[in-house]
Amino acid sequence: MSYLIVVGVTIVIYAILTVSLNIVVGYVGQPNLAQSAFFGIGAYFAAVFSTRYHVSFWWTIPLAFITAGAAGLLLGAISLRLREDFLAITTIGLNFVVVAVFQYVPFFGGAMGIYAIPLPSIAGHQFGNTTFLVVGLVMLAFVMVASKYLEHTWFGASLMAIRDDETAASSIGVPVASYKVVAFALSTAFAGMAGSLYAPFLSAVTPTSFGFTESVVILAMLIFGGLGTIRGAVLGALILGALPEAFRFISNYRLLTFGVILLLMLRFQPVGLVGDESVLVKLTRRSVATLQRQRRRSREPDPPSAAV
Amino acid sequence: MVVSSLINGIVLGSLYALIALGPSLLYGILRILDIANVAGLTLGAYTGLKVFGATHSLPAALVAAILASAAFGYLLQRFLYRPILGRGPLIPLIASIGVFIGMEEVFRLAFGPYPLDFPAPVPLPNVHVGGTVVTGVQLLILIVGVVVLVGTWYALRRTRLGLVWRATSQDRETASAMGINTGLVIATIFLIGYALAAISGVLLGVNYNTVYPTMGDIPAYKMLAIIVLGGLGNPLGTIAAAMLIGLVETFVVAYVGFVLPRDAIAFIVLIVILLVRPQGLLPGESFRS
Repeated sequence: MSYLIVVGVTIVIYAILTVSLNIVVGYVGQPNLAQSAFFGIGAYFAAVFSTRYHVSFWWTIPLAFITAGAAGLLLGAISLRLREDFLAITTIGLNFVVVAVFQYVPFFGGAMGIYAIPLPSIAGHQFGNTTFLVVGLVMLAFVMVASKYLEHTWFGASLMAIRDDETAASSIGVPVASYKVVAFALSTAFAGMAGSLYAPFLSAVTPTSFGFTESVVILAMLIFGGLGTIRGAVLGALILGALPEAFRFISNYRLLTFGVILLLMLRFQPVGLVGDESVLVKLTRRSVATLQRQRRRSREPDPPSAAV
Repeated sequence: MVVSSLINGIVLGSLYALIALGPSLLYGILRILDIANVAGLTLGAYTGLKVFGATHSLPAALVAAILASAAFGYLLQRFLYRPILGRGPLIPLIASIGVFIGMEEVFRLAFGPYPLDFPAPVPLPNVHVGGTVVTGVQLLILIVGVVVLVGTWYALRRTRLGLVWRATSQDRETASAMGINTGLVIATIFLIGYALAAISGVLLGVNYNTVYPTMGDIPAYKMLAIIVLGGLGNPLGTIAAAMLIGLVETFVVAYVGFVLPRDAIAFIVLIVILLVRPQGLLPGESFRS
């Protein structure tokens, strides 16, 4: 049972990361292959401040949120100057540089990382795994609600307009530059927040946990589930996060599995499992429509000819 | 000291140029950043190592490596890239990252996670230049580098293949309308690109006397920095940028010192350049109208 809870917390953290990544990749259509670096920035600042300055867990959450978001602001500013594929490789580089900084700058504890991160407590009780799961679910709900809300605002609609046609969006008055930067900051800030939960949960952070391959794993989950949709992001994290746990042998070939899944999805179903226009969603829509039609027909009175 | 740094820098630059040239040609023609190219590099290194173990002949190892890697590149473009070409630059890029990561795992499973030695004796003498020694391996890298780079320049500027490459890279549809078999051109460029990757893989393995599954990581991201720096899809700019990065790395490490590992230098240079001069040092052919 407690093992399942640990797996659950991991999946919830992945889900926060995919839902937050979806804001930039799904809504704005900008590549970001450094999401795990921002996750790492959040985790590291939370770890440093809770071990060295004894800041409580509840204060490390906004701290991680702000530091990761500030770093994301920088990436957003860089993104303005670059086309999609240039930006993609810049984010790859950024991920490597951030890991190198964790590894070599003494403030972040060097190659050993930071360990003995204290367990948070709530109302005098230390966190158990279940508490972590509950707090994680609350965070996930917060990120999901924020994303859902975003979809219905002028800001969110503008982001999707930028994705579909940047020139057209700017010609109808969308402030493309500032909106892009804000989207990057928001997306990375959420990832940092996930980091503040991850650090005390594992009680240690090491530089290699936030490498480029982790960023690819997060992106693979999002693409697998369905870019641009919250349900896709959560489902992708759930399935691909649970897969290595459900089938032990997969965890040995984790990256190979993820690479192959990524290739097959991009090749045959680029909208993802439950993205808009995906086979599954279309099938569901069609069968729902058929059901409704049948129900309507059975409720309608018999045609007049039969009544004669 | 200066001379030896200069020589080390040029040798390093030649290696980088060999690594980055293939993907640069591919980018020029397809607008795809082919990170999977370094999977071809690692494949070449392992094939070379195995064949060298069986035959004890470096040329045989090199030929086998080129064949294996070129075949891999051909299959990749036939079954992965061609079908998704029309979907913008991002989807092929992510697909190639998928190949890159998946292949590293394949190498780990096939050859084990530990570094293997590549103790191939190079049939070239050590040469003394200005008080420092150029080792046989370094000499080999320089010779192969010069031959390949001059050969590429000649092929692009003076042959029919080069003409066709430039036509296709300017506009694939128009080139195809003019009777160029663009499918064949793409396949040829992939064969060349992956053959170059195999050569650099064997040279890397011999130079550092080690072959391991993730040996492509650092070349992968350095190659990206070099391609962007050289103006995407411009082979000559790529070579210039490779030399620049090789020299800067060597001199910064030797004289200035740097808090981060030397491999981070390329990307910091890249980020600065992108912000100051996003079209790269030398704009690619495709950017000239």
